[in-house]
Amino acid sequence: MSILVYIEQFNGQASPVSWEVLGKAKSLAGQMGGKLAAVVIGNGVEAVANEALTYGADVVHLVEDASLAAFRIEPYAAVVEDLVKAHSPKAVLFPATTRGRDLSAVVACDLGAGLAADCSDLAVDGGELTAVRPVFSGNMLTTVRFVGPLAVASIRPRSFPTPEADGAAGEIVRSGAVMAAGDIREQIDSFEATAGGEVSLTDAKIIVSGGRGVAKDPELGFKLVKDLADSLGGAMGASRAAVDAGYIPYKHQVGQTGKTVRPDLYIACGISGAIQHLAGMGNSKIIVAINKDPEAPIFQVANYGVVGDLFEVVPALTAEFKKRL
Amino acid sequence: MNIVVCVKQTPDTAELPKISVAEVTSGDIKTTLVLNPWDEFAVEEGLQLQDRFGGDVTVVTVGEEKATEALKDAIARGVQSAVLLSDPAFAGSDAWGTATILAAAIKKNGPVDVVLAGKQSVDGNSGLVAPGLARKLGATLLTNVTKIVDVAGGKITVERQLEEGRETLTASLPAVVSVSKEINDPRYPTFMGIRKASKAQIPVWSLADLDVSAGSVGQTAALAQWTDLRKPAARSSQVVLVKEATVEATAAKLADLLMAEKVI
Repeated sequence: MSILVYIEQFNGQASPVSWEVLGKAKSLAGQMGGKLAAVVIGNGVEAVANEALTYGADVVHLVEDASLAAFRIEPYAAVVEDLVKAHSPKAVLFPATTRGRDLSAVVACDLGAGLAADCSDLAVDGGELTAVRPVFSGNMLTTVRFVGPLAVASIRPRSFPTPEADGAAGEIVRSGAVMAAGDIREQIDSFEATAGGEVSLTDAKIIVSGGRGVAKDPELGFKLVKDLADSLGGAMGASRAAVDAGYIPYKHQVGQTGKTVRPDLYIACGISGAIQHLAGMGNSKIIVAINKDPEAPIFQVANYGVVGDLFEVVPALTAEFKKRL
Repeated sequence: MNIVVCVKQTPDTAELPKISVAEVTSGDIKTTLVLNPWDEFAVEEGLQLQDRFGGDVTVVTVGEEKATEALKDAIARGVQSAVLLSDPAFAGSDAWGTATILAAAIKKNGPVDVVLAGKQSVDGNSGLVAPGLARKLGATLLTNVTKIVDVAGGKITVERQLEEGRETLTASLPAVVSVSKEINDPRYPTFMGIRKASKAQIPVWSLADLDVSAGSVGQTAALAQWTDLRKPAARSSQVVLVKEATVEATAAKLADLLMAEKVI
């Protein structure tokens, strides 16, 4: 085994970034001259393991137990560490979701391996894995090189394309929990799911964000932003200025101290484009700026721009897309 | 209850874009250095836990002498005790090395119930020290925490924000808790606090004061090494301004362009 990929699932649904990482790992494993393995942990998650086969894993370790039904860090880490010890991969890759980042850290720390967190690219150089990661909150990049026999990395959503599901030649290997249920030191008391239909910012193909430009009527402004996002099946974002002003909760914040996003389309509504905001969305494929101020820095990074009042332009755009989509 | 808050001195967020590769490589960053903005929430939560449950709050950092300023910032906000962990042997440590140093210092400081940290630093961005610390201390790990609900009976109950929603979790103590921005509104340093901080004598613990082997920390022990540090390529795009006779026509034209780009 050259690479082991952790496939994150929640309620039996794999996170899209898991497949992006698996697809990239397929080509990296080829370059490293070894097999690609995936691990799926949960209870009643065979469908996810089958899906991993279609994305090209040579082996899928399906680890199921009642104690593994929901993600908990210690029993999940014990499973991954056990597989690494048994199969000695050269690299273990994780999606850089909240859980994936935690799990990668615990596994790498326990195994005495170097870890590159929240990477945006991976390569093989001289047979060894290297990882590119943004540092200084998106203001610099570094290529991480690993010392020692095992490299661990977590990879940001949308760093790689979703692979084609075309194969299923691999095999599923089943096993059970490694840690005794009684030794688990944490329990989940409750879970309150985010409102139905809300798209996660980091996974979103389309993001519509609002900024200080909504100030004259923040409630209406963000309703218009959300309507446009909804009409496109996208997620709603915001600038720090809008979050700090209390117009919208922090979880929507894009930028240096918020989320880093990489959608196909980013529509910035009433966002001036401070460098701190650009650090979080500058890698979007197409950027559209809607702003009253023709001098706003956002126009310097935008592909398309409309100089105008978002309170007029955004609803007109929503109406247009509702006609077409 | 014994609370330790782990902090880092980092560049001021507003000045991050100004930092050059040469400054980072040489270690001589010329921007304003501050208490890592994410750690302000950890310091505040430490003080709030003290208000709620009593006990002591100690703030610790690994760094050069100038990192004392980050500790003084925490004192100025109300933390009573601080320790600087400083030794040339610590320089260049990766996250696991830093976690090793912090864990040894926390053990030396005495029994601990809750260790707090910001969710990550604004310079390294890895968020690995808290998980590393949990493993080195044998403590439970709770990240991205948005609320500490209760600490009682040897357990801690928290809410944390995950991609799919909000989880309420109970774990045994001691626990390492990394906090998110939503957890509180950090208080500012007070005038009296700043005066107190300016007079504070902050102890410095070196390698010799800690149960740490020299080979487990510093540059030579780092398992993940930064190479080829560089500025990201500037986005090169020439904006196409869309302007038609009416706002509706402008919207229609923009929709045409975006559909032609195949991003919708």
